[in-house]
Amino acid sequence: MIPLSYWLVLGALLFCISVAGIFINRKNVIVLLMAIELMLLSVNMNFIAFSRYLDDMAGQVFVFFILTVAAAEAAIGLAILVVLFRARSTINVAELDTLRG
Amino acid sequence: MIENWSSLIPLLPEVFLLGMICVILIAGLYIDEKRRGIIHFLAILTLALTAVLTLRHFAVGQRYTALGGMFVRDGVGDILKLFVYLSTAIVFVYAKHWLRANKLFSPEFYVLALFAVLGMCILISGGNLLTIYLGLELMALSSYAMVALNRDSPVAAESAMKYFVLGALASGLLLYGMSILYGLTGSLDITLIAKALESGRQPEVAVAFAVVFVVVGIGFKFGAVPFHMWVPDVYHGAPTAVTLFLASAPKLAAVGMAFRLLAEGLEPMVKDWAQMLGFLAMMSLVVGNLAAIAQTNLKRMLAYSTISHVGFILLGILAGSEQGYAAAMFYAITYALMTTAAFGMIIALSHSGFEAERIEDFKGLNQRQPWLAFLMLLVMASLGGFPPLVGFFSKLYVLQAAINAGWLWLAIVAVVMAVVGAYYYLRVIKVMYFDEPDREHQIQAPGDVRVVLAANGLLQLFLTLFVGSLTALCVAAWQ
Repeated sequence: MIPLSYWLVLGALLFCISVAGIFINRKNVIVLLMAIELMLLSVNMNFIAFSRYLDDMAGQVFVFFILTVAAAEAAIGLAILVVLFRARSTINVAELDTLRG
Repeated sequence: MIENWSSLIPLLPEVFLLGMICVILIAGLYIDEKRRGIIHFLAILTLALTAVLTLRHFAVGQRYTALGGMFVRDGVGDILKLFVYLSTAIVFVYAKHWLRANKLFSPEFYVLALFAVLGMCILISGGNLLTIYLGLELMALSSYAMVALNRDSPVAAESAMKYFVLGALASGLLLYGMSILYGLTGSLDITLIAKALESGRQPEVAVAFAVVFVVVGIGFKFGAVPFHMWVPDVYHGAPTAVTLFLASAPKLAAVGMAFRLLAEGLEPMVKDWAQMLGFLAMMSLVVGNLAAIAQTNLKRMLAYSTISHVGFILLGILAGSEQGYAAAMFYAITYALMTTAAFGMIIALSHSGFEAERIEDFKGLNQRQPWLAFLMLLVMASLGGFPPLVGFFSKLYVLQAAINAGWLWLAIVAVVMAVVGAYYYLRVIKVMYFDEPDREHQIQAPGDVRVVLAANGLLQLFLTLFVGSLTALCVAAWQ
């Protein structure tokens, strides 16, 4: 069996990539949505690894709920994106700066 | 699976709320525009009946659980929920006027707001990491959609996007912390997590790591500095009726969430998280109050004032004692009632095409509408913490709790910053009473808004008479 630590490191790496994706990305809002999805999936990785290692089903049940919520979240995110594009004709992150102060 | 249906009785208010939301959702499809008032009436009736159902099995001093400990009814939860219903009902009264004037009066606003309320109730009652997460997301997803309610406004769309991305980031961080907690303790149940941590068999570094993520998640939801970036933009960009909602009830839910996760689940780690909250509280008090001074937009100013008030709420929570939790809860309740009145005033002075959201729009209000000016005076003075208004007592209790817990330096920072904060509240009062009005316009808000606004404003004064019983209720909730 692959040791638990390998899974945790993989989960942590994916998590770091997604956080970096949110903060470094200055170009496209869609990439932000992808980074958010990746973040939730990295958490799922953690939960499944722990669930297997602890021999406890609750972690896997949690993962199903996270997947469902992630789908709802993506739906709302894309809906807001459509509204944003219609109102501003751009989805460039750097141009979303009318609110300041 | 469920042997005994009566074990579900603690869930009754939430089940009723969910049923009514579905009814309103369907009714909204069939009711034509002229009779939309029915939806408004139904929504307020729903909140009132849910409150009655909550009161029927009022759990102060007791603790009921349902669904195998996933759902918890206790005094803290029930009191917070009652004030969530109350502030949401007040919000509905103000919001109707604003939504009508801006041609946004649609059933969606009510459905989304009620779904957010349901999310808050689940969050407040969550006895398991799963229920806490689901409640939080139900609340958050509904609020993102509400911010984007005005589809034609570029500003609203932009603030909705910012809110969505930062909110999702916060949920992700919180979830990561939850997953580590699960791995360390082998359970998702709050009480079992606390028990496992009590034994102290987990590696300390790993537990501290998990606590950091959980605290960051909570900080985001509260809007505490340095996780406050979304607050001013969302308050400013969102439709005023939505800002009003987001400013009041979710703060109560955040207190409930902090209580479940920190005070119950991570209770053995109180030393760790109290220090982190201490840092957040200090930064929120300083940044919130200083940044508010520079604002000319009242909505933005109130956003920064929210951040500083969050600092006070955290000050109560980090005391880590029953007294501190009760003080934080009292603070959140009074704050929710103050902030609804402040935004209610903006709505009462707005009419179609004009938004009284800049501070200069309040110029000479005393000469135009002395009664409204007096109410605004009460609200601003209460927010600033002037005696004998209720805002003074809530600050007093929080500071007492913090000093008793040995956070003297933080209490001093809080008092100094409260004095700085008094400046921008007094500036609004000065503008209303001592500046010349630049327009003659008399704005007549509808009767229901005026009545509720008067009650809400005068509450700042009359609540002081009941401070004793209200704090006794908050303290009783923690026993």
